[in-house]
Formats: sequence, C-alpha cells, structure tokens
Amino acid sequence: MTNQELQELIAGWFTDPSAVKLEFTEEGSQFLNISIHPDYLHEMMYYLKINRNTNFDYLFCLTGIDWGKELEVVYHLESTDHRHIIVVRSKIEDRDNPEIDSVHDIWETANFHEREAFDFYGIRFRNHPNLKRLFLSEDFEGYPLRKDYVDEKLMVVK
Amino acid sequence: MEIFLSINDWFVGLIPAQITGLTKMVLIALAYLTLFAVLGLYLVLLERKVAAWFQLRIGPNRVGFKGLLQTMADALKLLSKELTGTVKADKFLYNLAPYFVIITSLMALGIFPFTQNLQAYDINIGLFFLIGISSIGVIGILLGGWSSNNKYSLIGAMRSGVQTISYELSIGLSLLTMVLITGSLQLSEIIEVQKNGWLIIQGHIPAVIAFMIYMIAGTAETNRAPFDMVEAESELGAGFHTEYSGMKFAYFFLAEFINMFIIAAIATTVFFGGWLSPFGITESLPWLGVFWFLLKTFILVFLMMWFRWTFPRLRVDQLLTLEWKYLLPINLGNLVIMALIVWLGLTLQF
Amino acid sequence: MRTATINNNFKSEEYFINMGPQHPATHGVLRLLLTIDGEVIKKVDPDLGYIHRSIEKMCESDSYQQIVHLTDRMDYLSAHINNEAVCLTVENALELEVPERVKVIRTIMDELTRLSSHCLWWGVMGMDVGALSSYFYGFRDREMINDIFEETCGARLTMNYNIPGGLRQDIHPNFVKRVKEFLAHFKTKLPEYDRLLTGNVIFQKRTKGVGVLSKEDAISFGASGPVGRASGYSCDVRKHHPYSALDRVEFEEALHTDGDSYARYLVRIQEMWESISIIEQLIDNIPEGDHQVATNAVIKLPKGEYYQKVETARGELGVYIVSTGTKNPYRVKFRSPGLSNLSLLNHITVGGKIGDLVATMATIDIVVPDIDR
Repeated sequence: MTNQELQELIAGWFTDPSAVKLEFTEEGSQFLNISIHPDYLHEMMYYLKINRNTNFDYLFCLTGIDWGKELEVVYHLESTDHRHIIVVRSKIEDRDNPEIDSVHDIWETANFHEREAFDFYGIRFRNHPNLKRLFLSEDFEGYPLRKDYVDEKLMVVK
Repeated sequence: MEIFLSINDWFVGLIPAQITGLTKMVLIALAYLTLFAVLGLYLVLLERKVAAWFQLRIGPNRVGFKGLLQTMADALKLLSKELTGTVKADKFLYNLAPYFVIITSLMALGIFPFTQNLQAYDINIGLFFLIGISSIGVIGILLGGWSSNNKYSLIGAMRSGVQTISYELSIGLSLLTMVLITGSLQLSEIIEVQKNGWLIIQGHIPAVIAFMIYMIAGTAETNRAPFDMVEAESELGAGFHTEYSGMKFAYFFLAEFINMFIIAAIATTVFFGGWLSPFGITESLPWLGVFWFLLKTFILVFLMMWFRWTFPRLRVDQLLTLEWKYLLPINLGNLVIMALIVWLGLTLQF
Repeated sequence: MRTATINNNFKSEEYFINMGPQHPATHGVLRLLLTIDGEVIKKVDPDLGYIHRSIEKMCESDSYQQIVHLTDRMDYLSAHINNEAVCLTVENALELEVPERVKVIRTIMDELTRLSSHCLWWGVMGMDVGALSSYFYGFRDREMINDIFEETCGARLTMNYNIPGGLRQDIHPNFVKRVKEFLAHFKTKLPEYDRLLTGNVIFQKRTKGVGVLSKEDAISFGASGPVGRASGYSCDVRKHHPYSALDRVEFEEALHTDGDSYARYLVRIQEMWESISIIEQLIDNIPEGDHQVATNAVIKLPKGEYYQKVETARGELGVYIVSTGTKNPYRVKFRSPGLSNLSLLNHITVGGKIGDLVATMATIDIVVPDIDR
C-alpha cells in the first residue's frame, strides 16, 4: 500500500482522530509517521498487526527519544507481505513517571527492546513480563540517555 | 633377554635373600613409574604434534630439538604451580581423587607383556584385571567432580559415570568375544595363541566387528573426543577437573594419556598379536618385540588422536543411545557368532 | 547479587547454572542464567551489559565523521558494513551522490567482510560442537581476507575505510589481483568445509531438529540474517532494500525452511557461495573515478529523521539518526541484529540439553559487543 492509502485506512479506524491525538506526517522522514496518544497505542498496534491490509508483522526498531519536555517512544514497523514501512510514535508527557503499554504480546521482539528503552530512558512498559534493566546493573541510578542525565565521573562532555 | 636375566642374577646376589622379592617389586615399580610418566608426557607432545599436523600448524618447536623438551617444560611448570581450590570443597575427597585416577591407570600397565618375558606381572586373569582396574578410575573422576563443589564439575562427573558404566559393557563384551578363541584370560597365553595368526585374522569377521566396537568403546572409556562429554570444554569449561590446578590437574591429564596408551595396548595384545612381528619376520630376535608392540600401539594411539581432531562431539543422550541401542545388541550378536565359529572350527589358522 | 532477584518457583530437581560471562561457548562476555533439570534446560535468561560502552550516548556528542569510528566496535566482524550503514545514512540525508567507483568498492568490501565473518563463524561453530580442527581451517582463509584489508585499509579488524562521501583512500593497486587469488583459493576450500563438517554424521545428529524456529516466530522475534532465512523468512536487506552496488548484481537469497540449527548452518555456507559470486561479478568492472566526493569539514544534517538498514553478516543493522540541524546528532539508535536474534534463544533452546544450547548459540552467531553496544 502507498503511504496515502495507509493513512486513509488507519484514520478510518478512529471515529474521532483528534481525541486520540492521531496525526500523520511525512515531513523530515522517508517513512509515513503516525503519532498517537500513549493510552491508545496498544490498541492501534494490535490492529496494525492483525489487519489484513496493513499486516505489520515485523517490528524492526523500537527506541526512545528524549525531547526535553516529553519522552517519545518510536516504533518502526514493516510488513513482510506488503513490504511497506511506517513509523509509529507516541509522546509521553510525564517525565517523572513515564508509562506506556507494552507491545510484547504483539511482537515478541519488543520484550528486549522495551527493556532497553526502560534501561536508558526509564519508560515503564505496562504489562511487560520482565521489566528490569537490560544492560546496566540493577543498582545503577538514573537513566543515562536522557538529555538531563549528568555524571561527572563517567561522562566527558565535549 | 639374557641381559635382563644377568642383571637380575647380579642384583639378587647383592642383597639378603629374605627381601629380594620385595626389593625387586619396589625397584620395578619405580622403573615403571618413571618410564610411563615420561611416556605419558611424550604422548602429550605427540598429541600436540598430531593436532598441529591436522590443523595446518607447526606445533611446539621451541624448547629443545623440534620442541622435544616442550613437554618437560610443561611438566616443570605444572609441578611448580600453586595448588588452588574452592573454599567449600570437600578437602579430603578433593585431594584423594587424582590419585585414584593416576594409580589405577599405572597399575594396569604392570601386566602388559612388552615382549617375550618382559612383563612385570603375568597374572592368569589378565584381561579381567584390566577391565576391573579401568572401572576404578571413574571413581576418581566422580569424587573429583563431586568434591569440587562446582556445578560444572558435577555435571561432568555425572556424565562420566553414566558414560563409563555404559561403555564398560562394550569393552568387556568385545574382549570376551576374543577370549572365546584364546580360551584364556592370561595375556601371555593370548599372545601364545596368536603365533598361529593374529586374532583379528583368526576370528575374521566377528573379530573385526569386535575390534571396531572395542575402539569406539575404548575412546569413550578414556573420555576422549568424540566422547569427551566429561570435559566438553565448549559446554562445561573443563568438566570434572575445572577446580584442579598444578600437579593434581597434571595427574588427571597424565592419566588420560596413559589410559589412551592402555586402551591401545590392550587392542594390540588382544587383536594384533602383541609383540609378535608380522609374518614372524623377526622371530629370531625376541627383543625386537618391544619395537613391534610399541609400533602397533602407537598406530592405534594415532587412530584415537585422529578421531579426536576430526569428529564433533556427541550429545550425552546420543552417546547413551549409541551404546545401548546399537553397540550392545551388535556386540551380543557378535558374541554368539564368534561362539559358533569357534565351535564349528571356522577360525583361520596358519 | 543479581541471582537473588530471579524469581523462580524451584522444584526440587532444578538448579541454576551460570554460563558466562567467562565461558568458552558464550564467545565473549555474555552471561546466561540457566535453569536446569539434570541436563535439560528449563529456562535461559541472558544477562547483558558486560561490554556495554554506551555508543549511542557517545554518538550524541560526536560529529558524523566520528560516529563512523565507533561503529567498528559494535559488530567487529562486520566492521565495513557497519561503517557503510552510517555513511549511507549521512549521504542520504545530505542527498549526496557518491561516485560509482565508491559504490562498487563498498559492495566488494562488504562481501569480503561477510566471507571473513562466516569463515570465523564456521570455525567457531565446529569448535562449539567439538570439532576443534575446523577453527584453524576457518582462520586460514580468514587470514587471507584480512591481508587484503590490511593492504588497502591499513587495518585488519576495525577498518574505518568508509567515510561520509566515499572512501578514506583508494584501493591498493594489488587489490584486484589479490581478491581474485583469494577467490580462486577459497573456491577450492569451501568444498573442504563441507567434507569436514557438513557431511559428518555426528554433526548432523547434533544440529538437525535442534533449536527449531518457525517462520512466524522468526518474524515476531525480529530475527534477521541467516537466522531468519533458515526459517524460510525472506529477510535479506540486500534483496529488499538494495544499497550501494547491490542493485546491479545477481545473487540468490539463501532460504531454507527447516528452521533448525542445520538449516542455519546451510544458509551461511550458501551465503558464502553467493558472496563469492557477487564479488566475481563486480571485481572486473570497478569503474574509474574518484574515491570520494568532498563534503564540508563540519557535516550538519538537515532537521529530520533518517533510517538506513543494511545486511551485516549477522542480519539487519538499522541506523536511526534524529537530527536537529546541528553538527551533532540528537539521537542515534543502532538496531543491532544480535539483540533480536539473542532474544529468541530462550524460545528455541528450552527443553534441549546443554550441548544443544551450545550448538544453537553457535548457529545464531552471537557477537556480544554488537548486542551490548
């Protein structure tokens, strides 16, 4: 499907796209970007996977980004049948206690990648079976990939 | 041989008659100990050279001429190494284990006839003794694995127990197949019988099958690849001897190589005529028997090294499947065939 | 300390065993917490981070030229391909068209890297199932590739040959000759690999039907590279999203459907043949021209996001760069093939023996620095 068709199809799933903060953009990216409110993310992801026309069965990248005020989780999805790619993004405004639904029940690979995002950004994934630090040790304090992370001993700021 | 006898006579004249037996025993034991410790060390060197040859390398070549003294340097290093171990190890059993392994393998050497009359102790249950003594070694491995207080060691030791108990059967049965021809367990008599042709020729088809089973089981018995479950360095680190260092480790190591020599020596004695020369070409020179014995043994040792550097390792359940589902039934059938052949007089005699 | 945090309802027969971080089969500093019942594996819990260097955080304060250097240190066996991934991302963002010569040389280097990586994998695979000799055969051939790299790039492992805009220097005059020599040599040696391992009964017994991964699971776990293709999942980035000179070569995607360790083994062997074929198609027609185009000394990517996937020897490497228009990237994410491939280890090894775990891990072909980054 082309990006235009995808956009129309996905927008059609929601009666009121603005209520779930559904936005589409292709600006500054080679893929179609869809942003959605974190509370509705899991539902939409589920449909993206099972819908015959979208069929996004391959989650190839899951990562967090720190935008200063808010944290964002970015999912890169590809369909192995149709070979189309979209990017789903969801911004979490609560920096102190960021939470979002886990998608590990849709794509198994999310298990490790969500742990990585938790490790680096402190984003809590609800319903994750084993949410603990992946790379850093359990007693590590802070979330190092956040922009406000400071560590005078270990970090050299150029 | 005369020279040995004259040394013997001269020696007996030196000491009081009451203790000659004991002194002789001690001296022979010491001689054997030294000789076979060195032999074990050189088997290590041979293994390294053979491995290097298989693996497109040169192998040890720095210490001494063509690296001949490398193995001595290794032994010195192991001797001077600190003995370390785990704190929670069962110290008594932990220290005992290596001796079990090394002593049993050295004991087995005592009864091999290297040539006519060059045999430390010619007991009438020779083969039975060999099979019995080789089963004791595994106790050392089990003890070592258990007392080290290391899970990898324990897994290795348990594997070893399972493996040795299973393959003991095949070794025993395949040797028993050959005993049907010789009618004796005494090693010197077994060789005597072979003056009419080596047993592998006398017993033709069933003997060849018995030999193949014996070599497979023997490789398993010495815990060497492709049956090195016990050590399995890619799975268990170093298996049962993970926690051993210095000389204690060296005992395990040496025992493995001496055991390999023993397995090959048994095969030589039982299947290939021991010290007898092929077609009796050097029958008039009995001292050349040592050469023939060692030649045959080393060819078989080389065969076992060949196995090790070519085959991947079996998995522990496949190992047991091989023994209980294939080797054992074949062996039993083979035994019956051999009995029939002996009964009907179908053996090949020259 | 961490052991205490694992919550398992232990049955009396089950016990823990720590595989790694220093263990011969983990190929580096990977730690696996195994829950074992006798010899049967009940659970595999990878514990990562022993070689975590926070490359992603370091990238945020580096210029784009500097990032390239860091990528060598991820999957060090695919150093060229990692370098190329970053360079391609930056070039695409700048809409920079590199000369044809660069594209062809890059693809040749990629395939040589893949060959060298698979040679090493083959050796280690043999070693893991207990055939030690294969290690040396694999290294003999890898050594020739490393010599070729050394001559042209000046390095044997961390090449740093690609820079945004082209290549650091032109290929050595001997390059073409030596690559041809190597290919002629390697074509006689690959059948030897088959004779030593592939046809061996014990080897087949150890790998056939072990660690079976279905196609659905492969996709769901994000498997890529030979691991995915052995399960019948067509995931070769070189086919689906060709880059550099891959659009002008013909090669077959190695696909097997069994999904077991043996299939993964066969896929890699077949890939070696395909790599040889790709290099042969290109080596005689390296176009003349410059080996780089000039870029600004300070590269500033336009504001936006850039994603580039390439096929490393281990699978799909994704480079995700978020730029705010400054000289440093705002966020760099490396989607490493190893992490996804490792995540399925528990799924396919539970129920097997310890020996199976080792054989399966070898066919997944883990490079720990790639996972930890």
